Amino acid sequence: MSSAASEPDAAASRDVDRAQYGLAGVLALVGAYTIYDATTLNVGFGDPVGPRIFPYAIGAITIVLAVLLTVATARGSQAEAEAGEDIDLTTKPDWLTVLKLLGFLIFALLTVNFLGWAITGAVVFAGCAWSLGSRTVLRDILVGAVLSVASWYFFYVVLGVPLTPGILDGIL
Amino acid sequence: MDSLSLLLGGLQDALTPINVLYAAVGVLLGTFVGVLPGIGPAMAVALLLPVTYGLGPTQALIMFAGIYYGGMYGGSTTSILLNTPGESSSVMTAIEGNKMAKAGRAAQALATAAIGSFIAGTIGTLLLVFFAPLLANQAVKIGAPSYFAIILLSLVLVTSVLGSSKLRGFISLFIGLTIGLVGLDLSTGQARLILGQLQLADGIDIVVVAVGIFAVGEALWVAAHLRRRPIDVVPVGRPFMGREDWSRSWRPWLRGTALGFPFGAVPAGGAETPTFLSYLVERRLAKNSDEFGKGAIEGVAGPEAANNASAAGTFVPLLALGLPVTATASIILAAMQSYGIQPGPDLLGSQADLVWTLLASLLIGNTLLLVINLPLAPVWARLLQIPRPQLYAGILFFAALGAYAVSQQAFDLLLLLLFGLVGFAIRRFGLPVLPLILGVILGPLMETKMREALDLTDGAVSGLFNEALAIVIYLLIAVVLLAPLVVRRLRGRRGSDRRDADEVMAS
Repeated sequence: MSSAASEPDAAASRDVDRAQYGLAGVLALVGAYTIYDATTLNVGFGDPVGPRIFPYAIGAITIVLAVLLTVATARGSQAEAEAGEDIDLTTKPDWLTVLKLLGFLIFALLTVNFLGWAITGAVVFAGCAWSLGSRTVLRDILVGAVLSVASWYFFYVVLGVPLTPGILDGIL
Repeated sequence: MDSLSLLLGGLQDALTPINVLYAAVGVLLGTFVGVLPGIGPAMAVALLLPVTYGLGPTQALIMFAGIYYGGMYGGSTTSILLNTPGESSSVMTAIEGNKMAKAGRAAQALATAAIGSFIAGTIGTLLLVFFAPLLANQAVKIGAPSYFAIILLSLVLVTSVLGSSKLRGFISLFIGLTIGLVGLDLSTGQARLILGQLQLADGIDIVVVAVGIFAVGEALWVAAHLRRRPIDVVPVGRPFMGREDWSRSWRPWLRGTALGFPFGAVPAGGAETPTFLSYLVERRLAKNSDEFGKGAIEGVAGPEAANNASAAGTFVPLLALGLPVTATASIILAAMQSYGIQPGPDLLGSQADLVWTLLASLLIGNTLLLVINLPLAPVWARLLQIPRPQLYAGILFFAALGAYAVSQQAFDLLLLLLFGLVGFAIRRFGLPVLPLILGVILGPLMETKMREALDLTDGAVSGLFNEALAIVIYLLIAVVLLAPLVVRRLRGRRGSDRRDADEVMAS
């Protein structure tokens, strides 16, 4: 769509996109596992079709697609990475930022039941903003706290859905 | 007219002060989220779905209709004021709209988009009122074999019509179908692909899949490639149009509507094709066609109308067949199911009141959109200046909230993270999103229909072919798959007529 995406692609199109072999490998594994998983199912009496056929078909075609992708990659087929208004595809991927974001999401899933949504949500907001380059940490924590407490009350009062209060049980 | 009086009844039910309030809140929230850069209508609808939990089905549908139209309008505001749109359906709007904005005519561009969307949405909803019952009456007679064939057709169409690479489209589709397998087999109750996790036995909630792939995937992808320079947003006043703008806009609005509605109703990727066609038509018909490429108002009016009319059109297969044809429609289907409504041929009979209320609320949401958003445009424009770290932190915050609120399990946050990684991967490898989402939601339906059809013939494959309609559809699928090969062979000999079109797509 945008010219920023096509230029580096054109320059690199002589090379083989090796990461696509990785994708093909994962697809082949998923397809194989889908077929294996289907073999463990029982087909009942009086059930002419059973629960196996559909996963067999999906698994088998997924493996075929993995093979086709491998062939296409070897022939130089390039992925057209997605462009967007905040995306600059001319630079190298910034893996550190991605890892930081993943870290805060993992923090959220580990702590949400214990700390409760109000605290975990605030940490997720402030932590993600910091990961993405914001340096106004205090303000971000404040905004995060307002967002998470407000959303907790919105769900509790307006929607009647009590999100986990966690250690703030009794205070909220 | 029978349909019309039923619609009036629906309007009566929907037009209570409290319901209009719900619709207004929906429009505001939908526009707010839709305007945010990087969030298209499908993501807006998925992120805002939890807001309607706890409401009754009628109120939830009314609010949801507002969110839907608001999210769509928000997306076109973004593409006019910032170049490079977030959604394929607003690519065409962005071409002329952003040029107009840069030439100091942002107010007129936003006005023609808003009024065009309103007109197209209203006509589209009225057409929906007449076509959905007709189709539903026919659809009641459709048996499992034909139903299976129709689903297959829509998956093949969506996968092969869109995108530059069919291989990647099919990869995306089969990732989706595999995700759709997870959970208990519907007829024997055996667990499939749950990897020993009992929480997976109920299947994976489409909301978690959609929010993970759209919101978390987008945030991670942007984080890896964040543009480190300020974005220039065109300042905007209150939208208005002069006499000349009106006279140049009304025909494109109507033509765009005529193109958009039928394309929305068939599974060909929603608004992408009709907005593109509308742009080409307007450019060809315009008296001052040299203005195109420099900010011609016809180039905003037509595609925007086509976009909204096709959004109304997608409700025809959704309500009459239970068949979603766009990512947004898939999430609406999931939303309706979560309110206990099962769209399909029987819906108009079993829950007629609800359907007519929904159709009426589409009209109300559409009208409120115009009333609320014309004066608020300058406010929405300011949203585009939210600093990017806080913007994407906010998207991740609401994504986590939405996924967690579904059933309040930390496990859903783990799924959200995993689907975020899938979303990152499909952006990296250029896999289209739509086939994946449709695979998740249509896969289980397809299997059910296949097994119903085969059960009748005791497992003989002929069970899939014993309806005339099914055979016709299989022939159609063969044509769809083979036609491009034939065309390519012909085109190889006769030069490239479509170079014109390709240039527009590339710009």
